[in-house]
Amino acid sequence: MTFSANLALAIPELILAIGALSLLVAGAFAPAQTRMVGWASVLVLLGATVATATQPFGVAFSGGLISDAAATFAKVAIYLASAVVIPLAQPWFERRGVKVFEFPILVLLAALGMGMMVSAGDLISLYIGIELQSLALYVLAAMHRDNAKASEAGLKYFVLGALSSGLLLYGASLIYGFAGSTHFSEIAQAAGAPENTGLLFGLVFLICGIAFKVSAAPFHMWTPDVYEGAPTPIVALFAAAPKLAAMVLFARVLGDGFATAADQWQQILVIMAMASVAVGAFAGLVQSNLKRLWAYSSIANIGYAVLGLSSGTTEGAQAMLMFMVLYMIDVTGFFACLAALSRGGRSMETLQDMAGLIKERPAIALAMTVFALSALGLPPFSGFFGKYYVFKAALDAGLWGPAVFGLVGSVVAAFYYLKLIKVMWFDPSPGATDKPPVEANTIALTSALFAFPVVIVALHSLDMLAERAARALGLA
Amino acid sequence: MPLLSLITYAPLLGVAGILLVRLFGKADSAAGDNASRWIAFATTLVTLALSVLLVAQFDPKNPGFQFVEEAPWFAGLYYRMGVDGISVLFVLLTAFLMPLCIAASWKSIETRVPEYMMAFLLLETLVIGVFCALDLVLFYAFFEFGLVPMFLIIGIWGGQRRVYAAFKFFLYTLLGSVLMLAAILFMIGTTGTSSIPELMTHHFDPNVQTWLWLAFFASFAVKMPMWPVHTWLPDAHVEAPTAGSVFLAGILLKMGGYGFLRFSLPMFPNASDLFAPLVFGLSAIAVVYTSLVAFRQTDVKKLIAYSSVAHMGLVTMGIFSGNAQGEQGAIYQMLSHGLISGALFLCVGVIYDRMHTREIKFYGGLVTRMPVYAAVFMLFAMGNVGLPGTSGFVGEILTMVGVYQVSTWTAIVAASGVILSAVYMLTLYRAVVFGTITNPKLETITDLNWREIAIFAPLIVGTLYLGLQPNSVFDLTSASVDQLVQVYQAAIGGAHP
Repeated sequence: MTFSANLALAIPELILAIGALSLLVAGAFAPAQTRMVGWASVLVLLGATVATATQPFGVAFSGGLISDAAATFAKVAIYLASAVVIPLAQPWFERRGVKVFEFPILVLLAALGMGMMVSAGDLISLYIGIELQSLALYVLAAMHRDNAKASEAGLKYFVLGALSSGLLLYGASLIYGFAGSTHFSEIAQAAGAPENTGLLFGLVFLICGIAFKVSAAPFHMWTPDVYEGAPTPIVALFAAAPKLAAMVLFARVLGDGFATAADQWQQILVIMAMASVAVGAFAGLVQSNLKRLWAYSSIANIGYAVLGLSSGTTEGAQAMLMFMVLYMIDVTGFFACLAALSRGGRSMETLQDMAGLIKERPAIALAMTVFALSALGLPPFSGFFGKYYVFKAALDAGLWGPAVFGLVGSVVAAFYYLKLIKVMWFDPSPGATDKPPVEANTIALTSALFAFPVVIVALHSLDMLAERAARALGLA
Repeated sequence: MPLLSLITYAPLLGVAGILLVRLFGKADSAAGDNASRWIAFATTLVTLALSVLLVAQFDPKNPGFQFVEEAPWFAGLYYRMGVDGISVLFVLLTAFLMPLCIAASWKSIETRVPEYMMAFLLLETLVIGVFCALDLVLFYAFFEFGLVPMFLIIGIWGGQRRVYAAFKFFLYTLLGSVLMLAAILFMIGTTGTSSIPELMTHHFDPNVQTWLWLAFFASFAVKMPMWPVHTWLPDAHVEAPTAGSVFLAGILLKMGGYGFLRFSLPMFPNASDLFAPLVFGLSAIAVVYTSLVAFRQTDVKKLIAYSSVAHMGLVTMGIFSGNAQGEQGAIYQMLSHGLISGALFLCVGVIYDRMHTREIKFYGGLVTRMPVYAAVFMLFAMGNVGLPGTSGFVGEILTMVGVYQVSTWTAIVAASGVILSAVYMLTLYRAVVFGTITNPKLETITDLNWREIAIFAPLIVGTLYLGLQPNSVFDLTSASVDQLVQVYQAAIGGAHP
C-alpha cells in the first residue's frame, strides 16, 4: 500500500489534526477572537464528519488504522457530539469571565483521539488514541482555572487516568509478550490456543484500563467528583463522546482480538455490568447535586452498555452501539439544560435549585423531564429503545439473570429521576432564573426533540446503520 | 381511513391546541384557562364521536381483529393497531368517561389548568393506545407511558400526601411492568414476531409458559390491583383529584383485566390453567378482606377505593374461570364498574368540593338539603352492591355462574362479598345521607347544580341501560369471547386429556 493510499484512509483524522494545529497558530496571533476560533472548530468537526461519512473502507498503516462501518458509525456520532459542545461552552465560559481560545482546539484534539480509538487496529494506535483523548480532556476539566473545584476535578481526573493508562499499558505489554504481536488479528490467533493464561492475564489489565475510561464499576470512583467539578458544558462532552469511543474500542479489542476467548471475558463483563447498574442505581439515590446524580446515572447506563456487549454476539454489539448513541442524546441534552440555567449568575446544580422550574423555564423543564424519563428507560423516549436492544441481546444470549437484574436496577434508579421531575413540577419556585444563552437553549431543546419524538421515526435507519457497524466488529 | 389511529391521536390535537394557547396567551389568565377547558372538552367529545362511529361500524360477527392498521417500525417490530370484541368496548368506555372527567374538573381545578387538561388528553391517547395496540412493544410503550401523566396528575393536583402517593403509584407499577418487559423480549426472541394476533396462535412450551405467565401476572396484578399488591390504590385514590380518581378507577384498572384477557389466557393457556387456583385464592381473599377493610374506613374515598379492589377480585376470578360466562361476566363487570365507581367518586367529589373534607363523620342528613344528590348517590350505591336492574348485577351474577362451574368454593366465598358490599355501602349511605343534620356547617350545603346533573345523567343512563339491556354488550363481545374460550379449552384439554 502506498503512502498516499494510507493517508487517504485517514482523511478525517488529517482534517482534525491540521485544523487543530492551524487554529492554534491563528489563535496565538489573534487571542481575542475566541468566538471565531470556536466556530471555525465547529466547521472543522463538521468537515471531518462529512469526510468520514464519504470515506472508503480499508486498513491503513499496516493494520494500525481501520476504516470500516463501525469506525464510521462511531466517528460520525463522536464528531457531532463534540461539535455541539463548542457553542454550548462558549457563552458559559464568557459569562464566567473565562476567555481562552484554546478550549475548542482541545475539543478538536480530543475528538481526534477518539477517532483514533475507534479506528485502532493494534495496541499501539489504541494507546495513542486513548492518551491523546485523555490528555485533552484532563486539561478541559480544569479549564475553569480560578475555580478550586474545577482544578481539583482536573487533577483527580489526571492522576486516576494516568493510573488507568498504566494498567492498560501493562496489559498491552503482557499481551504483546505472549502473543508476539500488537495486531488484533494476530492476537486473535494466539488467544485461540489452549495455553493462553498469560494472554488472558494481560487482557484483564486491558479490560480494567478501558473500564476506567468508560467509568464502569468497580473503576467508577472518579466519575462523580470529576462531573461535579468540571465546567458543565465540558461534562456534556466527556459524558458522551469518549464513552462511545471507549465502548467501540472495547468491542473491537474483544471482537477482533479475543473473540476466541469469549467465554473467558464474558463473565468479567457480566459482573462489571451488574456492579455498575447496582452502584449507579443505589448510590444515585442519595445525591443532591445534579451533576453527581447524573454521574451515577451514567455509571448505571454504562452498565447496560457493557451488558449488551457481554452477550458477545453481533446482536450484542449492535445493542451496545444503539444504546450508546441514544444515550449520548440524553446526556448531551441534559447537560445542555444545566449549562443553560443560572440564577443570579450562579450555576444551578442542586436538585433544590430546580424547584418550580416548570413555571420559570417551561421549555427547559420539559426538556429535562424528557431526558429524565429517557434515562429512566420509559417508552417511547430514546433511552427505552437503547435498553430494549440491550436486554433483548442479553436475553437472546441466555443472560436472563443479568438482564432481569438490570431491569430491576432500572426501577431503583427510577426513584431519583422521579425525584428530579417531582422537584421541577410539584415544588414552588424560589425565584426567577437568568435568561439562558441562545446556543444552550437551542441545543437543549433540539436534543429533547431527538429524544422524543424524532427517535421514533429515525429508529429504523439507526437500526440498520448500527447493524452494519456491529457486523464489522468481529463478534460472532 | 385509519379510524383507530384517528381515535388514539385525536386527543393529541387538543394538547397541541392548548399548547398554542399557552404559548401565545397570557400565562395564568382566566381566559387562557377557560380556553383550555373548552378545547379539552371539545377534543374529548370528538374522540367520543369517533369511538361511537367505531362501535357502529364494528362487525360483531367477526371474532378476529378489525380496523387493522400495519406499518413496519424498526428491528422487525410493527406499528399495529386493531380491535376485537374484547377491546372495542373499552375504547368506547374511555372515550365516554373522558368528557365527564373534564367536566368534573371544570370548577374544582383552578391552578395550572392548561397543564391539567394536557395531562388528561395525553392520558386518553395512551389508554386508547393500550386497548388498540396489536404489537407487544407498542402495547408496552402505551402501557408504560401512561404512568407519567397520572404521576403528574396525582402529584400536582392531589391532596396532602400527594408526593408519596404519586411515587408509590409510579414505582409499584413500574416494577411490575419491567418484569413483563423481560417476558416480552423473551417472546420476541424465541418466536421472532411481536405481533399479538400471531402470538395468540403460537404454542409456547408449558414450562416456558409458567415463567412468562408469572412475569405478565406481576404487571397486571399490580395494575388490577389484586390482593396483596393493591396497597398503592387507596393512597393514589385518596390523594388524586376527583377526575383523576374517576379515570383511575374507571379505566386504568381495566388495563390489568384487559391484559389478562389479551395475553395471559390466549398466549399461556396451560399456565393460566395451572395458576387458576392461585388466582381464585387471591381473588376470594380480595373480595372478603378488602370488603371488611372498606367497612372500617373513615374516609369516603378510601372506602370506595377498597370496594374497587373487591370488585376487581370478582373480575379476576371470572377471567380465570375459562368459560364463556366467566369471561363475559368479567368484561361486563369491568365496564359496569367503570361507570359505577366513576360515578361514586364523582359523588364524593360533589360533597368534597362543597365541604373540603371526606370524613364520613363530618356528614349526615344530607337528604334534607340535597334530595337530588341523595337519589343519584342511592342509584350508584345500589349499582355497586349489585342490585338487579343495574349493570352491577349482570356482571356479578355472570361471573359467579362462571366461577361456580370450576370452583364451587370460590364462588361461595365470592357470593359473600355481595353481602359484605351491601353492608359497607348501606352503612356509608346511611351515615352520609340519612338522619338529621347534626353538623351546623352542613346547613347551607347546596344541591347538585345543572353542570353536575349533566355529568351524572349519562352515567345514570349508562348504568340502567347496561342493567336492563345486557345483550347490547354481549352482541358485540360474544364472538371474540367464544373464540377465546374455545382456543383456551382446546389448549388445556390437550394438556389434561
